[in-house]
Amino acid sequence: MGSQGGFYQSKEFLDLVKSIGEARSKAEEDRIVLNEIETLKRRISEPDIPKRKMKEYIIRLVYIEMLGHDASFGYIHAVKMTHDDSLLVKRTGYLAVTLFLNEDHDLIILIVNTIQKDLKSDNYLVVCAALNAVCKLINEETIPAVLPQVMELLAHPKEAVRKKAIMALHRFYQKSPSSVSHLVSNFRKRLCDNDPGVMGATLCPLFELIARDVNSYKDLVISFVSILKQVAERRLSKAYDCHQMPAPFIQIKLLKILALLGSGDKQASENMYTVVGDIFRKCDSSSNIGNAVLYECICCVSSIYPNPKLLESAADVISRFLKSDSHNLKYMGIDALGRLIKISPEIAEQHQLAVIDCLEDPDDTLKRKTFELLYKMTKSTNVEVIVDRMIDYMISISDNHYKTEIASRCVELAEQFAPSNQWFIQTMNRVFEHAGDLVNIKVAHSLMRLIAEGFGEDDDNADSKLRSSAVESYLRILGEPKLPSVFLQVICWVLGEYGTADGMFSASDITGKLCDVAEAYSNDETVKAYATTALMKIYAFEIAARRKVDMLPECQSLMEELLASHSTDLQQRAYELQAVIGLDAHAVECIMPSDASCEDIEVDRDLSFLNDYIQEAIEKGAQPYIPESERSGMLNISNFRNQDHHEASSHGLRFEAYELPKPAVQSRIPQALIASTEIVPVPEPMYPRESYQTTMPSIPSDAGSAELKLRLEGVQKKWGRPTYTPATSTSNSTSQKTVNGTSQGDGASTVSSMCETYDSRKPQVEVSHEKQKLAASLFGGSSKTEKRPATGHKAAKASSHMVEKSHVPKSSMEVASDKATSAQQPPDLLDLGEPTATSTALQLDPFKQLEGLLDTTEVASAVNGAPAASISPDIMALYVDTAAGIHNKNDADLLSGLSNPSVTNMPGTTAMPQVTQSSSKRPNPKDSLEKDALVRQMGVNPSSQNPNLFKDLLG
Amino acid sequence: MIHFVLLISRQGKVRLTKWYSPYSQKERTKVIRELSGLILTRGPKLCNFVEWRGLRVVYKRYASLYFCMCIDEDDNELEILEIIHHYVEVLDRYFGSVCELDLIYNFHKAYFILDELLIAGELQEPSKRTVTRLVAAQDSLVETAKEQTSSITNIIAQAAK
Repeated sequence: MGSQGGFYQSKEFLDLVKSIGEARSKAEEDRIVLNEIETLKRRISEPDIPKRKMKEYIIRLVYIEMLGHDASFGYIHAVKMTHDDSLLVKRTGYLAVTLFLNEDHDLIILIVNTIQKDLKSDNYLVVCAALNAVCKLINEETIPAVLPQVMELLAHPKEAVRKKAIMALHRFYQKSPSSVSHLVSNFRKRLCDNDPGVMGATLCPLFELIARDVNSYKDLVISFVSILKQVAERRLSKAYDCHQMPAPFIQIKLLKILALLGSGDKQASENMYTVVGDIFRKCDSSSNIGNAVLYECICCVSSIYPNPKLLESAADVISRFLKSDSHNLKYMGIDALGRLIKISPEIAEQHQLAVIDCLEDPDDTLKRKTFELLYKMTKSTNVEVIVDRMIDYMISISDNHYKTEIASRCVELAEQFAPSNQWFIQTMNRVFEHAGDLVNIKVAHSLMRLIAEGFGEDDDNADSKLRSSAVESYLRILGEPKLPSVFLQVICWVLGEYGTADGMFSASDITGKLCDVAEAYSNDETVKAYATTALMKIYAFEIAARRKVDMLPECQSLMEELLASHSTDLQQRAYELQAVIGLDAHAVECIMPSDASCEDIEVDRDLSFLNDYIQEAIEKGAQPYIPESERSGMLNISNFRNQDHHEASSHGLRFEAYELPKPAVQSRIPQALIASTEIVPVPEPMYPRESYQTTMPSIPSDAGSAELKLRLEGVQKKWGRPTYTPATSTSNSTSQKTVNGTSQGDGASTVSSMCETYDSRKPQVEVSHEKQKLAASLFGGSSKTEKRPATGHKAAKASSHMVEKSHVPKSSMEVASDKATSAQQPPDLLDLGEPTATSTALQLDPFKQLEGLLDTTEVASAVNGAPAASISPDIMALYVDTAAGIHNKNDADLLSGLSNPSVTNMPGTTAMPQVTQSSSKRPNPKDSLEKDALVRQMGVNPSSQNPNLFKDLLG
Repeated sequence: MIHFVLLISRQGKVRLTKWYSPYSQKERTKVIRELSGLILTRGPKLCNFVEWRGLRVVYKRYASLYFCMCIDEDDNELEILEIIHHYVEVLDRYFGSVCELDLIYNFHKAYFILDELLIAGELQEPSKRTVTRLVAAQDSLVETAKEQTSSITNIIAQAAK
């Protein structure tokens, strides 16, 4: 038996394993382990333990740790063990540390030295052991310490060592691409290694490199194809065979790489067709690994430039997968189908019954995969059936992670393809009711916005019908126990805004319900806040309509409670409610206009109406206001932070000896500059030309300081930015121009898609068999859709939307992405502007540049880019690639070209809000634009929820 | 990329864990609990894949032992299934018709073998012969350095009773 080659294990250890094996309960097991920990703690710290004994202790520690207990007391001994001379002991030491320590553990620094030494060892087994540890333990900081040795090992005579060195380098690249980016060419060299194992290992890092940057590896297409050809023709040694398949793992890796290289590249793809076709033919579909290769072929075919013959072979394989009895193959078949329908949507139809079978399969995994497929093939014709099914399934599961995912998919599909607003609201209600707390708050806001804005057309009647049906349904839903908080917020807002609007329900009905909500969910302050503001609105509308207001007794008691609430937010709302009730009708009309949640609020953040007053004060000898950022104390702090940042990024840990101190480090110079200006409290002595008014009460960064510290603020903003834009689109009822604009745009596209869907779908449904019925409603659309545009009975605009929609399932996103890319432009332009602003600040008038920038931002907000841009740029690129890839190729290239630079150049993008900010305080004619930018910034402030909430509620 | 490898017995006892992505001890316990609940309850004819926290877990049962590997969403599940089989075959060659007890008492060996097969979450060696040879080379060094040889089989045999 092979186990004879093992360590000596004492009776004690075997007993331990045995007793744990026999433990009847988790509690018993825990007790045994705790005992063992006590014993080991005692023993391991005894002096002069023989190595053999120590080794066993370490193995026992590994065992304890494996069972989920903490063995950290012994880590240091494992570390010590790696220092040992004998390979036998060392190997155990390395095994233990790789199992114990994560890459950020403090003890790693103690191992680095040993690893360095071992990498130089002349025994290749020692080197191998050290390389194993390198892959697991070396982190970004310690990479430089071992990098030279690992590089040398790439040329080691033993292939096992070369292989591990490649993988170690790959790991370094994953952890810190910058530290090894200059060594990337070594991977290319190793591709020609004469050992297939090493070559195979090289494919891992190459795959990752190519995934990040396809274009610089296009030259390798020929090499990869010829390697794949050789492998498929069994040129490699039999040792790499696996169930009669020649080196399948290498084939799979190569196919993955080819899929990347051939994506959207006709020329490169053409080189691949023959070899992929060969593999399709040669693959043995009876073994698991053969099917794995076939599946990878399908992935490759669906990713590269389409070739009808290959698509046909792929479709054949898919139908074989789907017809198989094995669930695994069905699963892969569904997955592959999802990939292929992007290219040839008609393929789904022939498999409809198989898909329905999978959907009704008891196997959850298969079911979920099928939902994923349905999600990919949703269009306006089948959205109702699919979303309905999805929600049913969502209700039936308890796995929160998946529930969240499927809920967000339902929302996405509903937003994209909803046939009517009525349906949309009902669907949203169901989603919220069952997965409310898992849904992004943004969704709630967009639902409120939809109800508030209606169709976005001038059909007030339909809008009010929509609203009253929403109110009605919410009043009914309120009877259900335990509703999710987010949903309650929506309900409260809608009831407050529209509860009494159509006169069906009296104010006392609605207020009664709202009080019930506040009482039933008294632990949820947000809900209570929403309810309070809703109450205020109801009463305000009553007053404005010159009706007599009677406050319900329960409402009065609620107010009394809130007036003394610990939450200042609730308290304030309660006081405001009190104040509003005391006002006369006219005043109330002004502060709480009815149905005005979509109107604009102009916020004069410069407080320019105070200018006269300030002027007066200064004339009388008052001190001018110094913005916070220019006060010397503040500057110091940010200065320090900047320095810290520098040191962390440029130095890290050092492993060589310290050099002699130099007089000044280069990177400090900019700070020195700041420091010198910092002594002078007056903002800018250097720019006498500027028309800057010191009197103006200004926001933190004025132009002068922005120049000096531009980079510094960029660094801080970097973290703020991602939440910035999304938030803009969420704060719906703050009624900013931008938000309204886009959502109307979106609304329009959904609306247009809605109207035409019904007639084409209905006749399909009368097939006897239930499954066929379902299949028809799911798949039937695809053949019909082509005809529909011709019958387009709506406005021209609407039908053009439909044409796109019927061709590519997701092409409605295209419209959005068009918008988004135009919104992407400003960051790009800013990108260019920003560096010049910093570097040439001394010669150029910064405002000239800002003016240029302002214009572009104006364009952006005109196209109402902000919310659209909140979809992150690379997703955009992805959409463009996949959805528009074939039909609209030129467009696609252009779009991705536009969006890419902004992805790569993040610092530039982050600088945008800052630039607009500094520009916005200039007193110039572009008032409306400035306000726009400001409102956006305000609505966006993510830190405190209260002020935000307020804006949501106060129409 | 493979995020971790788990060997769990049918009773939910952990036989081997190897983590290629950072997980704290607390998370590890949670992961194991969640996954054993998910996998051990699945029927025999279902898929060998489970969706879990946006990742996939591929598992295969050999006798009373479940081999599980957690991978990214876009990895090839069938390939991972084959890697599991690959590992089992190497174990089998090494131990000579491997059984759960071999792994229980020699889990550190199972680790050494795994280290030759997978590295940094990727398959490093597609040839079984190479893996076996490398492990044997390490063992032969161990062999010479070893102080005591014979008794182990007996002890295991006893303990197994």
